[in-house]
Amino acid sequence: MTPISSTERSSRSSAAMRRDLIGYSFIAPWMVGFFFFSLGPVLASLYLSFTKFDLLSPAVWIGPENYVRMFTEDPRFYQALKVTFTYMLCEVPLKLTFALLVAMVLDKAIRGGAFYRALFYIPSLLGGSVAIAVLWRQLFEGNGTINQILFTLFGYKGQSWISSPDTAIYTLVLLAVWQFGSPMIIFLAGLRQVPQDLYEAASMDGAGAFRKFYKITLPMLAPVIFFNMVLQIIEGFKAFTPAYVVSGGTGGPIDATLFYTLYLYQEAFSYFRMGYASAMAWVLLIIIGIFTSISFLTSKYWVYYEDDPR
Amino acid sequence: MKMTLADSSDSPAPKKRYGPSLMRLLGGTLTRHGLLVAASFLMLYPLLWMLASSFKPESIIFTDLSLIPPSFDFSNYTQGWNALQQSFTVFFKNSLLVAVLVVIGNVLSCSITAYAFARLEFRGRRIWFVVMLGTLMLPYHVTLIPQYVLFLKLGWIDTFLPLIVPKFLAADAFFIFLMVQFFRGIPRELDEAAVLDGCSPWRIYWKIMMPLSTPVLTTTAIFSFIWTWNDFLGPLVYLNDASNYTVPLALRSFMDSTGQSAWGQLFAMSVLAILPIFLFFLFFQRLIIEGVAHSGMKR
Repeated sequence: MTPISSTERSSRSSAAMRRDLIGYSFIAPWMVGFFFFSLGPVLASLYLSFTKFDLLSPAVWIGPENYVRMFTEDPRFYQALKVTFTYMLCEVPLKLTFALLVAMVLDKAIRGGAFYRALFYIPSLLGGSVAIAVLWRQLFEGNGTINQILFTLFGYKGQSWISSPDTAIYTLVLLAVWQFGSPMIIFLAGLRQVPQDLYEAASMDGAGAFRKFYKITLPMLAPVIFFNMVLQIIEGFKAFTPAYVVSGGTGGPIDATLFYTLYLYQEAFSYFRMGYASAMAWVLLIIIGIFTSISFLTSKYWVYYEDDPR
Repeated sequence: MKMTLADSSDSPAPKKRYGPSLMRLLGGTLTRHGLLVAASFLMLYPLLWMLASSFKPESIIFTDLSLIPPSFDFSNYTQGWNALQQSFTVFFKNSLLVAVLVVIGNVLSCSITAYAFARLEFRGRRIWFVVMLGTLMLPYHVTLIPQYVLFLKLGWIDTFLPLIVPKFLAADAFFIFLMVQFFRGIPRELDEAAVLDGCSPWRIYWKIMMPLSTPVLTTTAIFSFIWTWNDFLGPLVYLNDASNYTVPLALRSFMDSTGQSAWGQLFAMSVLAILPIFLFFLFFQRLIIEGVAHSGMKR
């Protein structure tokens, strides 16, 4: 109940001022970066998406014309969406199934488990590089290694998997599935969290391996599976390098590997239609936003702080 | 994450007779090892084949499936190194310069920011923290074009600045997030004691937090290096002149020009391109795998 003297109050507020000053001096570099490389560009790209802009002359406001054209007159936009979704519908389930299967095998006590885990992770580390895309292009050429193997083993003379529009996308799906190592490691971490006594109790009750998987592993792992799925979907939307290198930057043959990101890149940096490309970026932002908001809503299952001050 | 392997699940049936269960265990282990060895071989075959082919003469690359080259002939390496107008010395120097500066930028700027979010009290901290998390979800496509325009206006196109400067301004929110998580796990008593001793926040950050955070700083450094080394889109957009190319850009232009008729040389350069990453993995395997397990880091 003692009234605070004015000198005390001003010293307190000056202490608070000092704290604020120190705090903001620490985050100042980040704030500069945030305004110049995140907030500014996001707003600018929203503005640009309503303009016609070729870098040479100033942007001209054209209203929603870019969006209208995209949805009504641009078959390549739909092709890009189709390619991206086909890619993800194949790649994500295959990759996750494979990752989970291998993780379950490795989760059992097995000699050299850490060694296998490391081996399986190597492709995830290298897979996004140009070097691997170059290798992939050779492997699936008409006279490439895959066809050599097929011919040696089965006498089957394969076509060029890369230059056939029916199969080109699946070589990229395979490249993605090959990188199942990182979701596998996340699954392994998840499997370690499943209490072992659940399995023991189930064994006592005479549950078989399949039943244990279905009734214990899957439900206990559900948050991890979901997390992995969202992560892979977002990564799938962003895939760029393999499609670019394998198709030589064209997205061909006849747009069969025209990933959304690749089409966006072409519009922006080959045809210099910056306004249209910005509109495409915003459509993608909204699609990804839907997926990330789902992951945020479920984040309580997989994120926790060991020392949460709140 | 506990790194020990739980082996209780392999011996859950004490009631059963010893013989059959041992047989089953052995059979199961053998099948598992068989499957794993087969899977490893399938997965690594392309990489090993590329390594082997980099030593083979051009004439047999497309017909020879074996993983052992007839002889260890380094001519693909020496010829590939100088196959483009600039030698690969230039490209590796460029890649190394960019990657090292990005590592320094990320480690410094992200840790300073993360320290403020994890430990300092100031008005608006929570709001800025949420904003920072928001940028984590921002796909690069949305910022790419305005950033390009900005760098064009600044005259930074065809320099390394667009690849480096943002990293010194903590543009990689992911690493901030990672470090905030780590800093929150460091006992508060340590810096509170330092405050009582009259230490300034900068001193606490530099003398207490940084030395205690080597694991997360190393993880940041490793992933910064690997991602920058592999990065293709950034250099593709910002670098034009061949003398500024990083290794991935050089490989791409190698393939587009002469590569189709010189796969051996192209493979030799590809092997060299992924060698640094492979070495990183050999040395920091545990940190890399734990990093992925904790935070779902991709690649």
